[in-house]
Amino acid sequence: MRVVENGVASDASSATTEQFRALAREQLPRLLSIARRIVGEDAEDAVQECLLKAFQRYGQLHEPTAGPAWLTSILVNCCHDVGRARSRRSPEVDVDDLERFSLFRKIAYEDPFPYSDSLHLDFLQEFGPEDVRAVVMRLPEMYRVPLVLVYMQGFLVKEVAAMLDVPLGTALSRLHRARKLFEKQMWEYAEETGLLREGLPERGAP
Amino acid sequence: MITCAEAVGQLWEYLDQTLEADRRASVEEHLSRCRTCCGEMEFAKELRLFLSGAAEERFPPDVLRRLHETIEELGR
Repeated sequence: MRVVENGVASDASSATTEQFRALAREQLPRLLSIARRIVGEDAEDAVQECLLKAFQRYGQLHEPTAGPAWLTSILVNCCHDVGRARSRRSPEVDVDDLERFSLFRKIAYEDPFPYSDSLHLDFLQEFGPEDVRAVVMRLPEMYRVPLVLVYMQGFLVKEVAAMLDVPLGTALSRLHRARKLFEKQMWEYAEETGLLREGLPERGAP
Repeated sequence: MITCAEAVGQLWEYLDQTLEADRRASVEEHLSRCRTCCGEMEFAKELRLFLSGAAEERFPPDVLRRLHETIEELGR
């Protein structure tokens, strides 16, 4: 079913425009959340761009139930453009030896909370929302995007593969590396910011 | 039989249910006899929950207001 007969914004009927607005209003918090994870403080620009482009292309959305994934797909491209325009480069991360890294074993070996009965959960609880965002931003975009979409937003890997226009195997492989990188960066972030200094009242700058 | 390293390398895929049947069976067989990897598995589950919970956040009201204004101005 075509939602509109003409995808050009200026020709869109008022009913169609209102349909788009309803979808956009409903999805706005989710879009902003995704953009914040992918481009940080440039999220508003990316979402703004996404809304404008999506409205112009609304005629291309043939199945209303696909609206959230369709909007997300446009947003991911806008985030990519915004990031490129700002010459944002992800911090260099060492992807060697990733396969051998295990956050579970690292925590057990380093034992940052010697008196804890729930060492691993205590480690996770040290991370506030801003810490998680900072760790996610450390990942290169090609790994950050699938991690955010699958594990934070609940999309299926095959949906993400379609959004990124890559084969399923490529999406699976990026996601695998993304998880490993995320675990490794969690540990490094915790060390660098003093998150693990149990009992100390102040923490290092993020 | 697979090693701990091989099992750990596939735990998230196992939880995501993206492993093929034979690899899934290998992971399950390994978990049935390795307590350390069961610990890894429980932690992987916690980490997934932790990530999904981290998606919720509050946004500055002025950012939301400007974006809502953009939506209302579309097509005008």
